[in-house]
Amino acid sequence: MNVSALPYQKDKVDPAAFVGGLKVVDREGDVPAWLADARRRAAGRFIASGLPTQKVEEWKFTDLRVLSQQSFVPVPAAVLSVRAVLDVLSVRLIMGPRLVFVDGWFMSEASDVSGLPDGVTVGPLSEIIGDGSDVNLSRRAFEMDEADEHSPLSDLNTALAGEGAVLRIGRGVKCSQPISIVFIGGGMENAAFHPRNLVIIEEGASAALIEHHIGAVPHAYLANQVSRIDVGAGACLIHAVVQDVPTQAYDLAASWVSVANNALYEGFFLAVGGKLSRQEISVRLLGKGAECRLSGAYLLRGEQHADMTTFIHHEVPHTSCSEVFKGVVDDRSRGVFQGRIVVCKGADKTNGHQSSKAILLSDEATVNTKPELEIYADDVKCSHGSTMGELDDASIFYMRSRGISESRARVLLIEAFVDEALDGISVECLRDAVRARSSGWLRGAK
Amino acid sequence: MTPLLEIRGLRVEVDGKEILKGVDLTVNAGEVHAIMGPNGSGKSTLAYIMTGRAGYAATSGTVLFKGKDLLEMAPEERAAEGVFLAFQYPVEIPGVPNNTFLKEALNAVRRYRGEDELDALQFVKMMRVKIKELGIKDDMLKRPVNVGFSGGEKKRNEILQMAVLEPALAILDETDSGLDIDALKAVAEGVNALRSAERGMLMITHYQRLLDYIVPDKVHVLAHGQIVRTGGSELAHELEAKGYAEFTEAAA
Repeated sequence: MNVSALPYQKDKVDPAAFVGGLKVVDREGDVPAWLADARRRAAGRFIASGLPTQKVEEWKFTDLRVLSQQSFVPVPAAVLSVRAVLDVLSVRLIMGPRLVFVDGWFMSEASDVSGLPDGVTVGPLSEIIGDGSDVNLSRRAFEMDEADEHSPLSDLNTALAGEGAVLRIGRGVKCSQPISIVFIGGGMENAAFHPRNLVIIEEGASAALIEHHIGAVPHAYLANQVSRIDVGAGACLIHAVVQDVPTQAYDLAASWVSVANNALYEGFFLAVGGKLSRQEISVRLLGKGAECRLSGAYLLRGEQHADMTTFIHHEVPHTSCSEVFKGVVDDRSRGVFQGRIVVCKGADKTNGHQSSKAILLSDEATVNTKPELEIYADDVKCSHGSTMGELDDASIFYMRSRGISESRARVLLIEAFVDEALDGISVECLRDAVRARSSGWLRGAK
Repeated sequence: MTPLLEIRGLRVEVDGKEILKGVDLTVNAGEVHAIMGPNGSGKSTLAYIMTGRAGYAATSGTVLFKGKDLLEMAPEERAAEGVFLAFQYPVEIPGVPNNTFLKEALNAVRRYRGEDELDALQFVKMMRVKIKELGIKDDMLKRPVNVGFSGGEKKRNEILQMAVLEPALAILDETDSGLDIDALKAVAEGVNALRSAERGMLMITHYQRLLDYIVPDKVHVLAHGQIVRTGGSELAHELEAKGYAEFTEAAA
């Protein structure tokens, strides 16, 4: 995709409001020249483009103008105490190896990366940039590949990102213990932060990673995250993202994933929080036998808006993908699922399957789905299906006739519906962690 | 003694059309009644009005269950009070395991009755006994409710639910439909095992063959929305021989 050709508009938004934080980042000093340069160029691009409007196809159903009605400020330092953060972690049952970021700042006192096998590098991006020992690693976090679906938001991220999680699993290392990356926002009202993450699973290695996006205090804030994820030959990454930020907050995240030959990327994305959230997942299947399995669920009520947008590029023959996304929307909320699968020329023997289903619990709730298959190869198996509906009255009556109350019957049916997506998480403890959050949402169901 | 079920002058409309036109019926504890009748006579409507299905409206008459007004109750209250309908077409519920469904139902009913809920272990123990009695395979509990079940399995699952909930009044709606002879025998055995002095049963059936296996105390003929004849189990045989022509013509 050629970014410059897209009709980004700068009307109605003031890019300067977002890049005002640039100076703060520069004053951090000690930023290597390559990064300072990348930031300047990204800032220039963002100022020229502004935020994407709904005229941009990828943003057709999500209106970011709401962001310009609010002014966001950079966060000078984490304002939450370590004690408060540890409390948040314990309430959420987040234990084990973890990196914790508060309003975008790394908090080492709340983090714990002990007990991981040799060959695992895990730490905050600032340290890796700062000590300069592994320039290739820190550069990779900011590299733009030609095919990356980058956008004004990723430019904004590049311009302002100074921190994020870096995880590298060395060649052949099987890291069985799941690693958590926790982003806690809400310490400061109207904060904006831009995490930049890098995950590299080297050849033959494997890992399980869970990302928590949560808020300590119900404040409005903006998180605009970019993650680069490289899964090497024969490697495997199980990745779950739980977005459960306060309903005042904006949580935007983009992942650029590359999958090498015979490697597997399994991604699960849950959205239960946020006033407006977006998970954009762009996966490139680069080698024979590369596989990607994406699943996700958005559970919304009130005025919430959640967008899940996926791009999967089959670039070589013998690659496969599957997608299962489920939505439950109540009140006046809106869910968006966009899924584009591109099978490049020559990428024969491709298997692709996409399914998107939604349940509307209220007449005023909305779901927009847009599946797109672009197939330029001959010998491929690709399918997509999309359904939208209400809970089945016959099932509810059947359950009630056995003594189950109407509200409980509804919860059981919604739970069963969402479970089909959750079943896509192959690591049990990750699945349990995700289910804990989706069950939390269900307890609030009418 | 208060009858288990007492229906008086019951008139029911579906989509503005009167289907039941004044039904009177009394079932005492310990009795098994059969309601027979031609298609379209209102047999299933009688089953649904008693369980509270939406779209079925009583325009006059009363239905008392253990002396309480049944029609005033929500479907789940009726179940908790002890009314059970074995569906003619059991509903498939994808994603909800049979086990979960049964445990939810049993504990909801127990809560209503002021009894302690069963914990996971107690429930498993109880289920082990029930499925053994009914000759049901263990894996049927793990599968989603009725999904992919054969016709026989679905009906057997209805009987299992009945055995678990132990209702005071069981209504069996065309339980024999779609069953081969072996499945029919198995289901009938399950039902007979649940016959007791405290429990009443109402079997709704078009054919007499089920009544060879579950012998009723009384047989009623429902035609054109009214009970037109009542007799003993011999009436079923008479109907089998003569058909329903006499009743359909009488009202025509």
